[in-house]
Amino acid sequence: MEPSNNKQLNTNKLFIVAGLILLGFGMIYGLTGAFQYLVPGFLKKYFSFEKIRPLHVSAVVFWIILGAMGSVLFYLQQYTQKKLHTPWLTKVQLLVFLFTILAILTSYCFGMFGGREYWEFPPLLALPILFGWLLFLYNVINTIGSIRNQPVYVWMWLTGAVFFLFTFLESYLWIFPYFRNNIVNDMTVQWKSYGSMVGAWNMLIYGSSFFLMEKISGDKTYSTSRMGFLLYFIGLFNLMFNWGHHIYTLPTYHFIQYVSYVVSMTELLILGRIIYEWRASVSTARRHFHHAAYKFILAADVWVFLTLLLAIGMSVPALNIYTHGTFITVAHTMGATIGINTFLLLAIAFDILHETCLTFEPNTKLFNRTYFVINASLFAFWISLIAVGVMQSKWQMSEPRILFGSMMVELKPFFISFFIFGLILTIGILIIIYPLIKNQLLCYYTKSKSKKTT
Amino acid sequence: MAYDKHKFIIITFLLSAFLCYTCYIYNSLPRKASAMDEQSSAGKLIWQKYNCGACHQVYGLGGFLGPDLTNEYTARDTAFIKLFLKDASVFTPVMPVFNMPESEMDALLSYLKSIDASGKSDLRTFKVNSNGTIEQ
Ligand code: HEC
Ligand code: HEM
Repeated sequence: MEPSNNKQLNTNKLFIVAGLILLGFGMIYGLTGAFQYLVPGFLKKYFSFEKIRPLHVSAVVFWIILGAMGSVLFYLQQYTQKKLHTPWLTKVQLLVFLFTILAILTSYCFGMFGGREYWEFPPLLALPILFGWLLFLYNVINTIGSIRNQPVYVWMWLTGAVFFLFTFLESYLWIFPYFRNNIVNDMTVQWKSYGSMVGAWNMLIYGSSFFLMEKISGDKTYSTSRMGFLLYFIGLFNLMFNWGHHIYTLPTYHFIQYVSYVVSMTELLILGRIIYEWRASVSTARRHFHHAAYKFILAADVWVFLTLLLAIGMSVPALNIYTHGTFITVAHTMGATIGINTFLLLAIAFDILHETCLTFEPNTKLFNRTYFVINASLFAFWISLIAVGVMQSKWQMSEPRILFGSMMVELKPFFISFFIFGLILTIGILIIIYPLIKNQLLCYYTKSKSKKTT
Repeated sequence: MAYDKHKFIIITFLLSAFLCYTCYIYNSLPRKASAMDEQSSAGKLIWQKYNCGACHQVYGLGGFLGPDLTNEYTARDTAFIKLFLKDASVFTPVMPVFNMPESEMDALLSYLKSIDASGKSDLRTFKVNSNGTIEQ
């Protein structure tokens, strides 16, 4: 068996490249959406907000999903030191995903919907996604073989792959009238599935970043330690039971609120550990900071802390009524999907793509400056979203309320800052990902050319 | 090996608890009797067909460019809502001009009616308990 080699051009890398391209487009859609908050009716005729929002959210969600799948497929081979169980299936998997994503984005452009929030596309398009995921799961399970004596990241990959399948199916239960015939039932099951689904892709990404950390530091003790597994089980416990915080204000069962509230508080243990280990991680950081991949892991660490702080606050029902239905929720979602998911996947992308046929050395000065700009602008972006949310919350709770339209006009300065920092963030991320994408595509181009000439 | 055994015990316990919780919820969904009538069920699909949820929220969930519509049915009369569904451009430059056929408007209205009847989304109506939980 041939070990997977960084210099090989393979399908697994293409998952990540395709994801990066989607991220680029996704951010541009996001900017367009933010501009529509500033200039009501902007591009209404062709790209009204009901098209732009799903274009943005689906593009970035598929970046996360493709990146997660690619990283697992790639690292699984490095870990087992052998090829995947059925390598050609990944080609089919990639093609299925790419065609489906293209079909989904096109359907949005033509205003063809039919699904619910986050999966707004016509429900038939869920079938190829399901099929593609089954191919992924088949390869993951069979490549791993036995779960005995495996490090924590293998457990995380398996958990993520299985739970995504389950929650994705669950999120389509609404097609049966039994589940959708009452809005309360419909939304309860919807948010049960969505809450856990985010946990599922987090498992895949965290698993890959643990593997990457182990590679960078050469320290293999954490991934088999009791602490590593303890944190994994806390994560899984939350994935399974803390989804209720999305629907505290829905008139559903009270126990859903209580279970979620209590379970969420176990996240304090994770928060406590981050604070406790702060000094140790600072010294590790000094040792590895020269590493492009490591820099993004470090940034993600800070965002785990900030996001967890906000999440734990929002999980207290008494506080949740001030954050629910406002941009604070958006701050939480975008903070997590950018600061944690995207940053970890960028770290992984640097590791996996940095020497594909052409060795890629980022221009250090430009890289460092852009890295700083990305982090600073993301923080300002996040604070702007929270500020919008605080104002909306005040409005929601005020008695009497001014008109919705007048409230939106008052929020304009905050939307301006949201847009400007979003723009800087987008430019920063584009500068970082452009050479990664260019490098890969150049490689494919030169490879296919040399094949032709020989 | 003993260490591996503990992990299997924990994961089996967690998975069983998750399956029980899931089965319980599926089996006894929070709202039983009042099944949506056919028209409002069709209305839900029309809500999804036009992706109203990208701009509007129901129980605070959705996009934020437009207002929450959970209790719109009691807040406004149906003629007013229909005006929005036909051509909202008189009121706002944001909402698309749907020019909806009468049948779709009626279905959407019965959907809005059924949402409205399911509860109140107004956050001012919640009471905060000293242990941090909330009640309406
Ligand atoms: C592109 C965003 C967008 C989409 C899509 C959209 N709306 Fe709206 N809607 C708005 C905005 C903005 C307002 C007006 C807010 C204001 O009062 O200034 C509004 C107002 C309304 C109102 C009146 C609310 C009130 O009491 O003032 C109703 C009813 C309504 N929309 C229903 C719908 C339905 C049903 C759909 C789907 C068929 C839909 N909207 C799709 C943006 C949208
Ligand atoms: C860089 C990666 C980004 C990711 C991963 C991301 C992710 C997301 C997600 C998941 C949502 C749904 C939020 C929710 O429903 O609570 C969202 C909404 C949104 N994002 Fe982003 N985002 C990114 C960048 C941006 C940028 C740069 C902008 C532009 C300023 C932007 C503007 C928006 C807007 C306008 C919404 C809709 C808000 C609403 O619900 O009305 N996003 N984003």
